[in-house]
Amino acid sequence: MTPEEVIDEIKRSGLRGRGGGGFPTGLKWELTRKVKAEQKYVVCNADEGDPGAFMDRSILEGDPHTVLEAMAINGYCTEASKGLIYIRAEYPLAIERLKIAIDQAREYGLLGDDIFGTGFSFDIELRYGAGAFVCGEETALIHSMEGLRGEPTVKPPFPSESGYKGAPTNVNNVETYASVPVILLKGADWFSSIGTEKSKGTKVFALAGKVNNVGLVEVPMGTTLREVIFDIGGGIKGGKKFKAVQTGGPSGGCLTEKHLDIPIDYDNLIASGSMMGSGGMIVMDEDDCMVSVAKFYLDFTVEESCGKCAPCRIGNKRLYEMLDTITQGKGTVEDLSKLRNLANVIKDTSLCGLGQTSPNPVLSTMDNFYDEYLAHVKDHKCPSGQCKALMSYIIKEDACVGCTLCARVCPVDAISGEKKMPHVIDQSICIKCGACFEKCKFDAIFIE
Amino acid sequence: MDIVKLTIDNTPVVVEKGTTVLEAAKTVGVDIPTLCYMKLDDMEFENKPGGCRVCVVEVEGRRNLAPSCKTECEDGMVVNTHSVRVVNARRTVMELILSDHPFECLVCAKSGKCDLQSLAQDLGIREIHYQGEKSHYKSDHSPAIIREMDKCIMCRRCETACNDVQTVGTLSAIYRGFNSVVAPAFEMDLDHTNCTFCGQCVAVCPTGALIERDHTWKVMDAIIDPKKTVIVQTAPAVRAALGEEFGLEPGTLVTGKMVSALRKIGFDYVFDTDFAADLTILEEGTELLGRLSKFLAGDKEVKLPILTSCCPAWVNFFEHHFPEMKEIPSTAKSPQQMFGAIAKTYFADQLKIKREDLVVVSVMPCLAKKYEASRDEFAVNGDPDVNISITTRELAQMIKNANLKFTELPDDDFDRPMGESTGAGVIFGTTGGVIEAAVRTAYELHTGKELDRVDFKELRGMEGIRSATLDFDGLPINIGIAHGLGNARKLLEDIKAGKSQFHAIEIMACPGGCIGGGGQPYHHGDVTVLKKRQKAIYEEDAGKTIRKSHENPYIKKLYEEFLGEPCGHKSHELLHTSYFDKKKKIEI
Repeated sequence: MTPEEVIDEIKRSGLRGRGGGGFPTGLKWELTRKVKAEQKYVVCNADEGDPGAFMDRSILEGDPHTVLEAMAINGYCTEASKGLIYIRAEYPLAIERLKIAIDQAREYGLLGDDIFGTGFSFDIELRYGAGAFVCGEETALIHSMEGLRGEPTVKPPFPSESGYKGAPTNVNNVETYASVPVILLKGADWFSSIGTEKSKGTKVFALAGKVNNVGLVEVPMGTTLREVIFDIGGGIKGGKKFKAVQTGGPSGGCLTEKHLDIPIDYDNLIASGSMMGSGGMIVMDEDDCMVSVAKFYLDFTVEESCGKCAPCRIGNKRLYEMLDTITQGKGTVEDLSKLRNLANVIKDTSLCGLGQTSPNPVLSTMDNFYDEYLAHVKDHKCPSGQCKALMSYIIKEDACVGCTLCARVCPVDAISGEKKMPHVIDQSICIKCGACFEKCKFDAIFIE
Repeated sequence: MDIVKLTIDNTPVVVEKGTTVLEAAKTVGVDIPTLCYMKLDDMEFENKPGGCRVCVVEVEGRRNLAPSCKTECEDGMVVNTHSVRVVNARRTVMELILSDHPFECLVCAKSGKCDLQSLAQDLGIREIHYQGEKSHYKSDHSPAIIREMDKCIMCRRCETACNDVQTVGTLSAIYRGFNSVVAPAFEMDLDHTNCTFCGQCVAVCPTGALIERDHTWKVMDAIIDPKKTVIVQTAPAVRAALGEEFGLEPGTLVTGKMVSALRKIGFDYVFDTDFAADLTILEEGTELLGRLSKFLAGDKEVKLPILTSCCPAWVNFFEHHFPEMKEIPSTAKSPQQMFGAIAKTYFADQLKIKREDLVVVSVMPCLAKKYEASRDEFAVNGDPDVNISITTRELAQMIKNANLKFTELPDDDFDRPMGESTGAGVIFGTTGGVIEAAVRTAYELHTGKELDRVDFKELRGMEGIRSATLDFDGLPINIGIAHGLGNARKLLEDIKAGKSQFHAIEIMACPGGCIGGGGQPYHHGDVTVLKKRQKAIYEEDAGKTIRKSHENPYIKKLYEEFLGEPCGHKSHELLHTSYFDKKKKIEI
């Protein structure tokens, strides 16, 4: 096959980038091919950073050869003679296996100069990342590989024009690469027969959270969330009620009951206010407080922001602080509109994909669970009972026998009462540690 | 030329391909606010990380707002620079930046000259809706530069100046996210790093995060001390910029008013560094001719090209980055230090006072001069030749403290003997000036003939690296000029590789030379300010009766009465120095 034929095959297969953006892979390769340059690079983005996600790691540990093969094919198509795999140093096993696979490929003449006498030369090297989430963004990844600070630059220019060391560079995710050899083996028609109209093939998700079966699941595009969570995932743990599912990792959004029957593909997820991302899928049940969920994700993005642009650097910090204030019961209704404005501005003005998506958990939980936000700021109550500051432990007068056990375990002496008389918790002293609740043998303490 | 047509705020715009939306908007009278952006045409300084997001605009068809400083115009583009969406975003981002900034404006050294402050005013920010934790970093008080990084807004201008323009590489962003800040590696203090104290980071900092160390009160303490005789020297570039601090047009020469002001402030003698610049020329020019004649006589050991040594940041640069070449620069001290050395000997003797009772103050366009004055080798028994060095900005502050109406002051003249100078001494203040001054003297000393023209226009200009071949009566002399340490590095690499054809090279650390020094009034990214200062310097030169250093009558007298001959024994003792390998001094 000529390079053009390969690119055509990939294009016809409908393969889209599995790293999150969903850009058509064949088109991306074609763009790099068209740029004329002495030296071009092919890069594998193995900087998997979503909390709880390990799709790429499983591929790299299980079948590194497939990625090497795909990178060589990419090099063949884009006229790049050098491949680089940017992998986080926290994946030692994947690194070890990649090294073995690269050595084997060189030994078999699958990598190196003049491969099988075709005149095509291609070799692959590893580059290690320190595990910064933002280095999954391709320009940041390239800077990190160059030994510079791992922070993004404004696109354009796109890496396909000016990337690693200023040369045209084609960056693809591990899972995208893993789909390439099979497309060429079985044909574009086979691949495109799987999936929805605009999203072809299969996708691996890291199913986690409150489901019975957690782990990696590979499903055809178009499978519904309900099938993934209830059929494959075996439903919600402990028979609790499903509340939401966060797709797309920390940059994604929280989807609810009403989204369960939507076929999963790139466009449907975006239309629902979330995204595919690299395939994180965290399920939440009725016990989860959605304000706290948003806060959890913001905590992650605040930690992972590179600090280059002001809205992401300072804005996300402020978002987090506002969410924290709300979970402390100190928020106001006005805070909610400020929160939404700030989230929108961060989305609208941030430099790279990290900041442009980091407010998604806030916006989607506000869209889908506004009542919960209102309960926090208006009634100063957390409906799920997760926000400690908003809980009260109260002793039922008629159930308390005055055994004094609670008063004795209370670490801050918040409980008072005479022996054999009903006790009382002083709410201004109580630190909500729950020790009294655990100790009471008469179920006389309840949480409000 | 490829052109593109677009619409900005409903106005059709036609620009060259590659023009940014920010630049295109300017052509139709739309001034999009910026903060981190700074561009100095001709100075190879361009900072547009696209980080502050203040210059965002709405581009039809794009999902997100676009930073106008980084967005190139495209055919058919429809841009809106002030829609509700844009203005809300811009103000919110500004509020965020302010929310992480100390509200110390009333007592901040940058107040009134702060880009952040003026932008907040322009945007009409009256309330910060988003407040929270603020960043805190340790302060760093080096002999020349003070870093108060709580005020850093991560515009990265200093980083661009330090890395791209100066290629010094001291400053870069460290830490991540909310904790990000620009600092030396491992957050070391500047004086433990390879910083040259050129002060270009200070010159471009939009806020009070980077400022000079204030020595004005030290000066006042000396002036009110009855036991001390306090004299002052003023560098050539100061007079071409000081007026800006008092609302005068850039390029207004204020030599006479400056002298008046210094007298009123209470200095006992007001002298001119230009005098010492003339002295430098005699020493450096003689050294050049000495090396040149040895070279022509076939001496293979002689070091050529000779490099000028009057710029202290440049001296720091090669001591840190090219210590293996430390024998190449002229051994002549800088004019500031020559002045100090002569003042504390020759002049102190004239006054019949002990050197310790003479306080030498210098007014410099420079921050590295503060460091230079504090170098151990420039002191005798712990008494520095130059006691205190202040900047043009600090002098302006002292003039304000003395309640002087600067613009209405009468013109006054420098004291003698160390206030007499030639046009050659004046042009030390701009790139190309030192070498032109040297050539005026070296030519006549070498050929024994009088120059028919004093102006060497081929050496002037603003290009980063310039060269010219001058005819020394049949002997072609190749001259190189570099300003900006990045340009200096290029010439040094050539010398190292044996590719340099120059006999003499002038190097100044700051873009534009001393007129663009780190201690000058802030240019706020307007490069025409530097050009006007340069013009003023050449005007002062042209207006001088004597324009060649060796014709300065007081310099002649100095040699007759005290020094003997240029590069003689006494000169070597007082006016020459040696350099150090500082590479090994970097410690963590």
